[in-house]
Amino acid sequence: MKTDLSRRAPLLLVSAALLVVAAGASLAVGARAVAVAEVWRALTDFAGTADHLVVRDIRLPRTILGVCVGAALGAAGVLIQALTRNPLAEPGILGVTAGAGFAINLGVLAGVAGSQSGQVALAVAGSAVAAVAVYAVGRASPLRLVLAGVALSWVLMGVSLGLRLTFPDVFDRYRFWSVGALAGTEQTPLLLPVLVTVAALVAALAATRPLNALALGEDVAHALGAHVTRIRVAVLVLVTLLTGVATAVAGPIAFVGLMVPHLARRMAVDSIPWIMAYSVLLGPVLLLVADVGARVLLPTGEVPVSIVTAFLGGPVLIWAVRRYGAAAL
Amino acid sequence: MSTLTLRAGPVLVEVERRTAVVSSGLVAVAAALALLGLCHGQDWATPAEVVTALFSGGESAFVIREWRLPRVAAALVFGASLGLAGAVFQNLTRNALGSPDVIGLDAGAYTGALVAITLLNGTAGQLAAGSVAGGLLAAAVIYLLSLDSGLSGLRLVVVGIAVNAMLTAFNSWVVLRAEIDVALAATGWNAGSLNGVDWAEVRLPFAVIGLFALLLVVVSHAMHQAALGDEVARTTGVRLGRLRLLMVLAGVGCTATVTAVAGPVVFIALAAPQIGRRLARAVGVPLVPAALTGAVLLLAADLVAQLLLAPVALPVGVVTTAIGGCYLIWLLGMEVKRR
Repeated sequence: MKTDLSRRAPLLLVSAALLVVAAGASLAVGARAVAVAEVWRALTDFAGTADHLVVRDIRLPRTILGVCVGAALGAAGVLIQALTRNPLAEPGILGVTAGAGFAINLGVLAGVAGSQSGQVALAVAGSAVAAVAVYAVGRASPLRLVLAGVALSWVLMGVSLGLRLTFPDVFDRYRFWSVGALAGTEQTPLLLPVLVTVAALVAALAATRPLNALALGEDVAHALGAHVTRIRVAVLVLVTLLTGVATAVAGPIAFVGLMVPHLARRMAVDSIPWIMAYSVLLGPVLLLVADVGARVLLPTGEVPVSIVTAFLGGPVLIWAVRRYGAAAL
Repeated sequence: MSTLTLRAGPVLVEVERRTAVVSSGLVAVAAALALLGLCHGQDWATPAEVVTALFSGGESAFVIREWRLPRVAAALVFGASLGLAGAVFQNLTRNALGSPDVIGLDAGAYTGALVAITLLNGTAGQLAAGSVAGGLLAAAVIYLLSLDSGLSGLRLVVVGIAVNAMLTAFNSWVVLRAEIDVALAATGWNAGSLNGVDWAEVRLPFAVIGLFALLLVVVSHAMHQAALGDEVARTTGVRLGRLRLLMVLAGVGCTATVTAVAGPVVFIALAAPQIGRRLARAVGVPLVPAALTGAVLLLAADLVAQLLLAPVALPVGVVTTAIGGCYLIWLLGMEVKRR
């Protein structure tokens, strides 16, 4: 075990360093480029110049939210892959994010999505319903689970698009949100999403040990004294909580929860607690890098970050199908 | 099962009685829906008025012939074309989920059309050529990526879904980068819409679809032979390599031409062949019921899109997306139950 630790701990430090670099880039890069030294001064010795205002009031909240959303999606990916024992599982692909987004759309229409806590509650409820529905239809095989999720996403996206086209005024405020973007989240109050995400992440880290037992198979888990049903329900609750908060803040963003756990699994072989630790650090790295890319990909304005993550995530899904899919067929 | 034998000079066609009955039933439904589509509009025309307008003119002849008729004709022809494309790919992959809209060929065709619009002038010919090329390219990529698992199986479908996600992301990026007028045109089109099609827009696509449909008629016998299994096909003298190439060409051609005009309209290619097949209680996935069901489905979906939230005309793609997802879930649920 000790050799494992001596290999894994440095990798964890490297991941943390990457996160710092990505956060720095997210603070410095954008329509108004700010030098790194100036970023540092804006954080430590605020002087009220235009550069400082941009960094502190616009990019800092966006970066913090990006870290939260990335960590939440990465952790949700690890949990859902462990729970379904399916390397293709991911909240976005399985339609859980679409469920959360659809619930918020409905809430907007009914006029109950005005407050942030209302949005989070709606998103969590929506993702819970979607997760249970997809799991019920597709549990027979990994690929079928993916297809059920994609089908559910189709339905929900179609109906959401219909709603948006029918009531353009009601949904005007949600234009950026509905395509999955961190742009336009700068004014969001930070307290609630950060608190919920941190609490859920702590619980997720605690849940990894029993999940490790569950990964050995149901019978072994029973023999080891694990409460299988209780673990499953708890993990499902955590997945919906994490996905719900992330979606309420940034809209539906797919593939982060797929890419990050696969990367983490290569670094921490077969230890779910370590995979979770890496994913919590690398999820934000991926999302922040994609967000920085989203800012510079267009000469004018920004692309939604979900477009960047989908473009990066497609190849990972193909790789995962080729690597793991054959066994399931 | 009883068969009908039709003889016209040297051509001899054997049709199963049930297929013939179902097909004529579908034609009747399509005709009824078409009449409804011609009646519906800003002001309601009676069926009698429509018939006079079509055959002898009259006061509303211009509205009906030049505005409503192209839309109804486009829904029928495009629906049939999508149904054919779906049947071809479901035969090819031997999988109900292996339809072009699920595995990203629509998105590929849309990419090709976007490139034709943004980099070239975007004439009708360039649009058609660009979308067919894009669809073929997407098909080639998906085929190569799922090569070692063969053409059949869910793996190809999931690889296709991944390619679909990437292409859709790329398309959104191109639309965002494009000039504002191009982008506006492309966004409405992105959802799949028949709003405002006129004769000038559909003439070339109709001709192209006709050509590909003719190609399918030529290879259909060999196609059903091949559906019985590679061994059987080879012993009965089917050249599988060439047949598959022709099938992919015709299938992509049918779906890409529609995409070039109306944008990606999903679900028709997925559901029409399966519904047609169940109605006709046929073995395999026959082409004619698929095409007729496709025509009926798209026309019905377009009418729903116009009527549902009138006066707002939804893009027909929104309606087909929502229904298509439900159908897909049901299909998966049935498969789970059967296990």
